Amino acid sequence: MSDPKQSRPKLARRDFLKAAAVGGAAALPQAAAAQQPAAAPPAPAGYAFLNAQEAAFIEALADHMIPADALTPKGTEIGIHIYIDRALAGAWGKGDRLYMQGPWKTGVPSQGYQLPLTPAQLFRAGIDSSNASCRKTYGKTFDRLDEKQREEFLAALAAGKITFDAGPPSRVFWTALYQTVMEGMFSDPIYGGNRNKAGWRMIGFPGAIAVHRDNIEKYRDKAFPNEPVSISEMS
Amino acid sequence: MVTKLKEVDAVVVGLGWTGGILAKELAEAGLKVVALERGEMRTTADDYAVPNIRDELRYVVRHDLMMDTARDTLTVRNNPSQEALPMRRLGSFLPGDVVGGSGVHWSGHTWRWTDMEFKARSMYEERYGKAFIPADMSIQDWGITYAELEPYYDRFEYTAAISGKAGNIGGKLQDGGNPFEAPRARDYPLPPLTPILASVMFDKAAKNNGYHTFPRPSANASRAYTNPDGAKFGACQYCGYCQRFGCEANAKGSPHVAVIPFAMKNPNFELRTHAWATKILKDSIGKKVTGVVYTNVLTGEEFEQPAGIVLLCAYVLNNVHLMLTSGIGAPYDPASGAGVVGKNYCYQTGAGATLFFEDRHFNPFMNAGGSNYTMDDFNTNWNFDRGPHGFIGGYNIGGGFNTALPIGYRPVPQGTPQWGRAWKSATAKYYQTAMNIGASGSVMANRANYLDLDPTYKNAFGQPLMRMTFDYKDNEHKMGRHAADTVNAIAKSMNPTAMNAATARTDPWTVVPYQSTHNTGGAIMGVNPKNSALNKYLQSWDCHNLFVVGANAFAHNASYNPTGPVGALAYWTADAIKNRYIKNPGPLAPA
Repeated sequence: MSDPKQSRPKLARRDFLKAAAVGGAAALPQAAAAQQPAAAPPAPAGYAFLNAQEAAFIEALADHMIPADALTPKGTEIGIHIYIDRALAGAWGKGDRLYMQGPWKTGVPSQGYQLPLTPAQLFRAGIDSSNASCRKTYGKTFDRLDEKQREEFLAALAAGKITFDAGPPSRVFWTALYQTVMEGMFSDPIYGGNRNKAGWRMIGFPGAIAVHRDNIEKYRDKAFPNEPVSISEMS
Repeated sequence: MVTKLKEVDAVVVGLGWTGGILAKELAEAGLKVVALERGEMRTTADDYAVPNIRDELRYVVRHDLMMDTARDTLTVRNNPSQEALPMRRLGSFLPGDVVGGSGVHWSGHTWRWTDMEFKARSMYEERYGKAFIPADMSIQDWGITYAELEPYYDRFEYTAAISGKAGNIGGKLQDGGNPFEAPRARDYPLPPLTPILASVMFDKAAKNNGYHTFPRPSANASRAYTNPDGAKFGACQYCGYCQRFGCEANAKGSPHVAVIPFAMKNPNFELRTHAWATKILKDSIGKKVTGVVYTNVLTGEEFEQPAGIVLLCAYVLNNVHLMLTSGIGAPYDPASGAGVVGKNYCYQTGAGATLFFEDRHFNPFMNAGGSNYTMDDFNTNWNFDRGPHGFIGGYNIGGGFNTALPIGYRPVPQGTPQWGRAWKSATAKYYQTAMNIGASGSVMANRANYLDLDPTYKNAFGQPLMRMTFDYKDNEHKMGRHAADTVNAIAKSMNPTAMNAATARTDPWTVVPYQSTHNTGGAIMGVNPKNSALNKYLQSWDCHNLFVVGANAFAHNASYNPTGPVGALAYWTADAIKNRYIKNPGPLAPA
């Protein structure tokens, strides 16, 4: 397996700044991200936040929402579960930038998020409530459902048809859950998801490489080479 | 225990566009100036450089350059009968939180607002009669004219490296520019940006529909540029990471590039970062302010900085909050209509369509903040007769992209599944083959839309949060329907394979998701202290050595982005202070 770092021209950020400052006339070479051969199954990454039951839920969710096909490997193979775990374990999960003073009121939807929960607490309660709902309907937790049942449950959750007994509002949980799946698919791979830039490759997004001054005309109505470059590859 | 510091000539609260301009100008005029900035210093070389700046999660989703709502936020509600609740995280708007403020992460759209705004009440009354303006619409003339501001718009455009094409130079229409703009003395300092494909297609379609498109004027330098003060700008790289990011190439007109470095190198100027202003102090009779109390958020220590002049240059909402917590000016009362501080808070509205073309390839990741064609036929065009449509104000329409990054931008036709193989194939297909046409609309002031202090919730300094009461009114709903119809007609004429049509916004304003960081009003300028907080020089009617500089001064909100007049008013105020106030301190306009 080739090391993509070796096959790529070095692009120092100071050089970029210099090129940009003189007007960008000298187009920078497109950093060629080597197409990697089919990666070997990644080593288990371990969990920093999710417990076993929560990990099983998130893994099942990631693989159901992002199934393997010609476009990408399945969700856990591109690290969506790892992205979510790290996000919940980190500052965001612990409520960074979240105003957490009471009193706590439900309010109206136009007032936005009003729960007394950090994202990590919301996910913990939401996964638990989801599994309780699945046990009630199907007799088993979400990760043990078959594909049809998973689809049925997620469709009901997304449509607001599931009510959590004594849990947080299901729609609030779903909105946060869905957003983190998308983040795990399309954020830079340094955060643990979008492994091998699979999400970016799927849509043809070039990633962190972003000097398009001469490309506006050159690629007008034409496909741009689908060779995304991540932050770590440019560092 | 508050440590009292040595008096300076002027203290500036907030070092973004207005604070940067005033700090530079006043320091160069010989005043000893201290700037208090709540955020930290960030520089292009260390903070906005490739590759780390190319991080959608960090800057767009997690708001790395924005205010921290854990420390201070506001409460929100749609009308006075609701209980306001805290905006617990950012959503609808994104005030900045570092040196440079929101001027770091803006897209750069820079407009000249005209007398259609500054004389809104008198122009509509004259043309349509007093009864045309709804009884609860509290629009009023601003007390300033376009002709007075023209040299200051020019100054700001040349300072901030605006790329564009003049439409009207000295009354003579110019091919390729905006025929509805007010006359300007000269063209923009830089030619327009190269249009992207989506913008070219929109331009053609709008023209075919009889409209008058032009390149959107924008603080994205179309080529390398040195401004009149000597600030050097690189050429825009169309990197697609513009809105919500600092600019790697120094191609974006931002205060930390254009003005703040000149204040920093002036020995008359001192910047204190991590300095959170909590109160403006008044003298014993309340006719003058005496300084600012602030907390060093690195240590918790409190300081009093005495000053001859206080300049509030923080974000709109923070300027108004400081006025309210400091007891300067009478708070606005929506029931009686009396009082001025908090009055005429406004926002913006809009409507947009997404068009899908199976045979096109848009490369939505290549764009500049302003690389979109725009039309003003229903905005600054006074010949557009609002009478039959029954609304006041207007909207501009643009076509193309700005910062179409994939966590946030994944257009699919309505009805596409949200996950699974069908979602994946649609997302893969349409990311490259969709484009947008969007209208941005004005919001007229309304008696029931205002800012005051919340009775319940507090910030990290123990102060009441600001309370925002806002909703769209019938005027905005009517305009939104007109805008959606126009957008859809242009879009349909382009024969897209599929289309998510524009719809008028008629639901209540909501604090999520992101809509626009164009909050205005709350400490407005005017000609009468009974109905405005500031005179036309943005000078407090109550305390003549206090100036409140920013979009807080706007008596209502236009469809245009606010930074053009914000920058122009900062230079206008700086000149008034330098040329008149210093020599003869006192009210600059008769009450």
